Amino acid sequence: MSKTVMEHADASEVFNRDEPYVNWHDETLWFVRQKRDKSSKQLPEWEQLREAASGIKHYVLSHLDELLISFEQKAKENGVQVHWAANAAEHNEIVLGLLKKHKIDKMVKSKSMLTEECHMNEFLQKNGIEVIDTDLGERIVQLRNEPPSHIVLPAIHLKKKDIGDLFHEHLGTEAGATDPQYLTEAARQHLRDKFLTRRAALTGVNFAVAETGSFVVSTNEGNADMGAHLADIHIACMGFEKIIPKQEHLGVFLRLLARSATGQPITTYSSHFKKPREGQEMHIVIVDNGRSTQLGRKDFRNSLKCIRCGACMNTCPVYRRSGGHSYHNAVAGPIGSILAPNLDMTKNADLPFASTLCGSCSNVCPVKIDIHDQLYKWRQVLAKEGHVPKSKEIGIRAMSTVLAAPRFYQWSGRLGRTVMRAMPFMVNNTLNPWYKQRDMPEPPEESFRDWYVRNRKN
Amino acid sequence: MSSRDRILSQIRQNKPEEVKLPSVTTFVSHFESTEDKFREMLSLIYTEVIVVKNLEELSAKAEELYAGVVNRATTIPALSAWADFSLNVSDPHELETVEIAIVQAEFGVAENGAVWISDQYLPHRVLPFITQNLAFVIPRNALVDNMHEAYVRLQDTLGWGCFIAGPSKTADIEQSLVIGAHGARSMVIFLLEGE
Repeated sequence: MSKTVMEHADASEVFNRDEPYVNWHDETLWFVRQKRDKSSKQLPEWEQLREAASGIKHYVLSHLDELLISFEQKAKENGVQVHWAANAAEHNEIVLGLLKKHKIDKMVKSKSMLTEECHMNEFLQKNGIEVIDTDLGERIVQLRNEPPSHIVLPAIHLKKKDIGDLFHEHLGTEAGATDPQYLTEAARQHLRDKFLTRRAALTGVNFAVAETGSFVVSTNEGNADMGAHLADIHIACMGFEKIIPKQEHLGVFLRLLARSATGQPITTYSSHFKKPREGQEMHIVIVDNGRSTQLGRKDFRNSLKCIRCGACMNTCPVYRRSGGHSYHNAVAGPIGSILAPNLDMTKNADLPFASTLCGSCSNVCPVKIDIHDQLYKWRQVLAKEGHVPKSKEIGIRAMSTVLAAPRFYQWSGRLGRTVMRAMPFMVNNTLNPWYKQRDMPEPPEESFRDWYVRNRKN
Repeated sequence: MSSRDRILSQIRQNKPEEVKLPSVTTFVSHFESTEDKFREMLSLIYTEVIVVKNLEELSAKAEELYAGVVNRATTIPALSAWADFSLNVSDPHELETVEIAIVQAEFGVAENGAVWISDQYLPHRVLPFITQNLAFVIPRNALVDNMHEAYVRLQDTLGWGCFIAGPSKTADIEQSLVIGAHGARSMVIFLLEGE
């Protein structure tokens, strides 16, 4: 793919032009983060649950091959057909092949970040297959011809007016209507017709259980079940890291997933698929697409523990103020920024820098991924391999010169404070990137060092 | 080499050193009353819980709650007189017009208000999703505290099963909660005594 996408910093700048909008986006996501806090505090065992989830996932990473083989065997015994795809292209071909075999050219799909990662919809459309996304948020962004901006809340970047206008154009709702109840009802009617007429349904997979060969799909809307139980053929696509050892471990993960994502104690539907219904075909596509490479990167393999709850995005001060699309990757936010460079270092070199390294992401992560440490470590790798832009490199070199010479550092600090006081326009201008969308702080009278030297004797 | 074998061999080559499963992966919840917690959680997700003494009372309640509704379906023999829609269809698409389904389910989970339903209790998997309104009937004593207990209880999932917590919902439009996305628009849970 050509590099026509804007880098994160540039895209954020565009995003930040409309201040009330950015504030709204920021507050909306912070509200979701607060719901997560409230919900997690209801469980005295919350931290132990995180520890257990993390431990199970570490076990999974060190036994992936055996668990996948066991899962495949059990699934086959259950009458499910299992396919393996080394990369996105192979995944897409497998899905296309299954549809062609059944002479199907229209399919409904529930949420699957993996198919976003594989750019499956575009591929299928080019091959004459119509794919309808059935999650309301995903349908909204699909009608707008854009990708989801959040893995759990795909249309979180849109205001109800945007959606009202969109539905007026595509679904024939009244012009100017913005009532969520009314708009959702229109989507319900529109999508019900699709569920009832499509012969193939594709779903994602939240958890695949090695012990039983079954898989769990979680939704609030019921769209995965509506699609799968009406279709002649159900295709479930999963990255191989979705595997967990035993069914009882679902207890741990289902308790954490929705609470971390939206603050709900559980999603409305947690559907456990094991065998196809009579007369139905069920397929599972197990996808690598760079995951086995990531598994070999000692510093970054823990990113494969992710259960896609989105908590790291909701809490991230950078995500909240730059929006999901700025990350130009299927998975945005902190977790996306440690997954993306594995897929393409050149294209995604900017993402590990889209962070303040504040560590909030690691603190809310239900499976305890060291996200901010990995962001920091990716920066080292990217710089070493020459993927860091020249401007950043010059800045870093200048900074290290100053920081390595204490006297020079003290002098520059004093100079900086004096300049900011005497000539504020020198920093309060658009040439200074720190001035973008923020006011510069009042310069202090003296540095801590000067204060300490003066007061030491007391 | 097939993709399967290539993926597996690359995993073998790259996987970290062996780690054991954590020793503690289940926890006990301490609720003063399991049923009260179950009710509390369901009231938060817009679900009414009704205790009925016996099947006659269930039948009377069903009449009262869904008076005037047509296309009523049920899996409960004692409600067959109440129902006017036969689930004895070969194609699940025919369930498209069901307005209310009252369905026997297995047990409920207090910590989140979820109810477990599976192939064992359903002639068609799509029924609890395609019906406009849904009601479950579970024995009043069939409640567990949390999901760990739930998985002890269900052991195996047969062909298909689902935890369902309340009516279908979405908040995809500016985070405004709307009940009735694709699945049921309303949910009632009957706790049946004396079983």
